[in-house]
Amino acid sequence: MLTVNGLKRLHLCVSFDLQDGECVALQGPSGVGKTLLLRSIADLDPNEGTVKLDGTLREAMPAPAWRRRVTYLAAEPGWWSDTVREHFTAWDDALPLVTRLGLPDDCGPWSIQRLSTGERQRLGLVRALVLRSRVLLLDEPTSALDPASVTAVEALIAERIANGTSVLWSTHDHGQARRVGSRIFAMKSDGGIEESRP
Amino acid sequence: MTYIQLSYGNLVLPALLVVIDGVLSLVLRLKLEKQLAIATVRMVVQLVLVGYVLTFLFTAVSPVWTALAALIMVLFASREIVARQKRRLTGVWKYGLGATCTLLAAGTITMFALLTELRPDPWYHPRYALPLLGMMLGNTMTGVSLGLDVLTNSLVRERTAVEACLALGGTRHQALLPIIRDALRSGFMPIMNSMAAIGLVSLPGMMTGQILAGVEPVDAVKYQLLIMFLIAGGTGLGTLAAVLGGARLLTDHRHRLRLDRILTEN
Repeated sequence: MLTVNGLKRLHLCVSFDLQDGECVALQGPSGVGKTLLLRSIADLDPNEGTVKLDGTLREAMPAPAWRRRVTYLAAEPGWWSDTVREHFTAWDDALPLVTRLGLPDDCGPWSIQRLSTGERQRLGLVRALVLRSRVLLLDEPTSALDPASVTAVEALIAERIANGTSVLWSTHDHGQARRVGSRIFAMKSDGGIEESRP
Repeated sequence: MTYIQLSYGNLVLPALLVVIDGVLSLVLRLKLEKQLAIATVRMVVQLVLVGYVLTFLFTAVSPVWTALAALIMVLFASREIVARQKRRLTGVWKYGLGATCTLLAAGTITMFALLTELRPDPWYHPRYALPLLGMMLGNTMTGVSLGLDVLTNSLVRERTAVEACLALGGTRHQALLPIIRDALRSGFMPIMNSMAAIGLVSLPGMMTGQILAGVEPVDAVKYQLLIMFLIAGGTGLGTLAAVLGGARLLTDHRHRLRLDRILTEN
């Protein structure tokens, strides 16, 4: 279970619990602080408050170890090498996920430059999924995808959730929030969240 | 050793060449004449002053005065490093990082040369220590400022890539390594280029100076080789320290990228 207590970053001040195998949808207008919240939980920005995974404080472990358990996925994933394959430590593990999201299995040597925004988003998701993190912090993971790909991504994440992964899923799509979330957090401009059930 | 001594009168005719540049600027409306005048006056005043200061230092041969002169040189070098950065660090490190690394590298290498190979008496004799330190500072400064410039610019430009690696559980070392490599490469490039071109394309100023002063060319070459080796070592050391130091300052103990520690004023 992920416990967030008094997390403060700029105007944000948030407390909530995320159970194992639970998906919470995060909603709110652009610029309200959804990305800030997700990044802060992953400890990518300086922030205050206690964040625990199964009772263990994140400060109790090195930050890289924390981020392998509580993984943030940016809406526009970044790439540090030239080809797709160089971004994966075990490409063979990633291949089944790659094909499931509708990409050809020979895309390993492809140059990052020639990928479309949607292809980058799907490959970014695969890159995060192969870590098998306990908690996924997804920042608009389907914003650049066509409807078929959105369905494939939602089904793939649903499987992970059924296997016990917790997900905090930021989305602008109300339909998607209702489909994926068992609870919905609406971020307000004062930096708090308002919980509702779909 | 014999050399042709110049009087100030010998400089009048050559100085007319600069006046011709000024006329050219006026005629072609390059609007450089004011800048050119200021630069020329600065050059004359600075060099004449340095001549007298060095004369004083060489007769004094005092460790205190020599150290003071060295300190002033380092301060000017660190100011120059900051001036060459497009993006600067916040707080004390704005001047501190470049200055520390330049001083560390140039100082160490100068001492190394003085104590092992040149061995003047006394070892801090300003006739050897100051020109050597000057050449070390000038070249180390170039490496340090280039390295830091590439580091900060690339971190800002490649922010999403660096943070993607961090978010996937990479350490700050792993995430910054490609950029650190680029920055080091840029810092080393000028000295490698000048080593390759030296003697064929360019005759270095120091060697030319020694030859004009009557030193045998082969002896002047030996001096120049010594200087080039020292410069290569100093640049390597200084650039490495500055880039690694900069990478450390722009990340923190929780392996976060801290671009908030870069000032973006211009």
